[in-house]
Amino acid sequence: MHKESEIRDPLILGNKTYHDITRDIARPVEGKANKYWWILFGLSVFLFLWGIGCMAYTIGTGIGAWGLNKTVNWAWDITNFVWWIGIGHAGTLISAVLLLFRQKWRMAINRSAEAMTIFGVVQAGLFPLIHMGRPWLAYWVFPFPNEYGPLWQNFNSPLLWDVFAISTYLTVSTVFWYIGLIPDFAMIRDRMSKTISPMKKKLYTLLAFGWSGRAKHWQRFEEVSLVLAGLATPLVFSVHSIVSMDFATSVIPGWHTTIFPPYFVLGALFSGFAMVETLLIIMRKVVNMEAYITIKHIEYMNVIILFTGSLVGTAYITELFMAWYSGVAFEQYAFLNRATGPYWWAYAAMMSCNVIIPQLYWIKSIRTSFIATFILSIFVNIGMWFERFVIIVTSLHRDFLPSSWTMFSPTFIDIGIFLGTIGFFFTLFLMYARTFPVVAQAELKTILKSSGSEYKNKTHE
Amino acid sequence: MNKKVLYAIFDDEEILLESVKVLRSKEIEIEEVYSPFPVHGLDVALGFKETRMAITAFIYGCIGLSFGGLLIYYIMISGVGKSWPMNIGGKPNFTFYQNFPAFVPIMFECTVLFAGHLMSLTYFFRNKLYPGATTTSPDPRTTDDKFLMEIIVEGDDNKMRKLLKRNWCF
Repeated sequence: MHKESEIRDPLILGNKTYHDITRDIARPVEGKANKYWWILFGLSVFLFLWGIGCMAYTIGTGIGAWGLNKTVNWAWDITNFVWWIGIGHAGTLISAVLLLFRQKWRMAINRSAEAMTIFGVVQAGLFPLIHMGRPWLAYWVFPFPNEYGPLWQNFNSPLLWDVFAISTYLTVSTVFWYIGLIPDFAMIRDRMSKTISPMKKKLYTLLAFGWSGRAKHWQRFEEVSLVLAGLATPLVFSVHSIVSMDFATSVIPGWHTTIFPPYFVLGALFSGFAMVETLLIIMRKVVNMEAYITIKHIEYMNVIILFTGSLVGTAYITELFMAWYSGVAFEQYAFLNRATGPYWWAYAAMMSCNVIIPQLYWIKSIRTSFIATFILSIFVNIGMWFERFVIIVTSLHRDFLPSSWTMFSPTFIDIGIFLGTIGFFFTLFLMYARTFPVVAQAELKTILKSSGSEYKNKTHE
Repeated sequence: MNKKVLYAIFDDEEILLESVKVLRSKEIEIEEVYSPFPVHGLDVALGFKETRMAITAFIYGCIGLSFGGLLIYYIMISGVGKSWPMNIGGKPNFTFYQNFPAFVPIMFECTVLFAGHLMSLTYFFRNKLYPGATTTSPDPRTTDDKFLMEIIVEGDDNKMRKLLKRNWCF
């Protein structure tokens, strides 16, 4: 059996047995939603519907409904796209990279983090889709035999790399998530024989794929999880590297930077962990997972946020240094304008939210406080949105020709679509929290005896 | 000889593992073990061969890599690339070799796409998991907190019962 040092804090609190874990994880699925769930759900659906309205208006009238102009021809759409993709990165990091490193604390949070990944990538995918103008022709981005003449993809283009990267990422993450879900759906299915409506039982029987927990199946399960983790790890790094190449392969000062791929990947992990914290701190209260998602989990994530936040800060400073060191006037101006030009406030928001505020995590009492973590995670979410806004808009708005210099301001529709995706994201997440086993209970049971607080005390005596 | 199926239910994985070892050392065949979570070392104790899932993933990955390479070669260089040559930003595609760095990302993604999905499908297929399949576990508690061992006994089963009792299962 796996042994763990007694000095390490327990990952499962209270005197839990295997049956207790089963009951606790199944409770939100079996029980009724409380008032707060309905309020949040109502609000999310409202935002979502508003977003749909704005999307429909955009598709009906054209991209002119957005605040774009000839100089700033990419703004909130790509900002939101990169922001959502970045948020999507923590889920795979938690479930794949931490699996490879045998980090046991990932087991309580990987399910929800991966749900967040999938829902985040869905939001991200909406933006290029709407930006196409004619979303019903979206299948044109995939290579398929056709007789339209030159309708073929340019495999030299990072935008096409994005298509492949994001569709692979979305589908592989979903499969990874689902393979882990099957034993837990089976657990819910097997509990439902007594009380729950036959309709619900049928649904979970269907979702469980007939899982019965044979020894050979578990052997394959572990191997498949490990191999998928091994595949997903380079995948997650490739996706955001490719997203960064949308910018880095262009010749715009401020975008044409070789440090973009690692810088974007770190930023993505940074913002993804912040969003995981925002969601989990609420979720652990709403569905009573306090014993499983403990302050220790939050502290571990805070350490990652501190680390990646500092590296992101290093990247910002490296960019400034390289601009000065390059001796290229355009490059130097792009960064001077970023920090001191008309968008200085966006740059200041980015610097303070991403670099300065996360440094508070050096203080243990802040790192181990739910309220402080929640507030700081919101700051990071905002800061990372501003990072993308700064990179995209400030690099464009003052181009090579001063007569075409301009500012960007979002329209009602821009804001509506962004809020709509936030609503859509929370709608999906709230539905997930009520119908899915939110903690990977089968995996969690394997660490009960090594990391459960009761068992730890016993070995100590 | 009449055959009987014995179900031994355990509530601790360590006792289960110990019993498996005892029974195996007495050369008694264990038909199946159902457990709510992967028990570390159980596959070795039961004498299972290593699973070949990782090997299938490698093969599928190779197929994906070749598929990606051929797809790009056909579209950019040979087939369509000849009929509709692309010259974007003064960067034409003469040979696969010259443009190779730009083709790496998609070839990589195709590798992961094929390896991930086809291995998962193989996993579902080998485990006979599909929507609508029903569980084969004799007791629903095996997804909760009980471990179940299935043994087929020929003839007198009292000896086996005693043996199992002695190994602390109920």
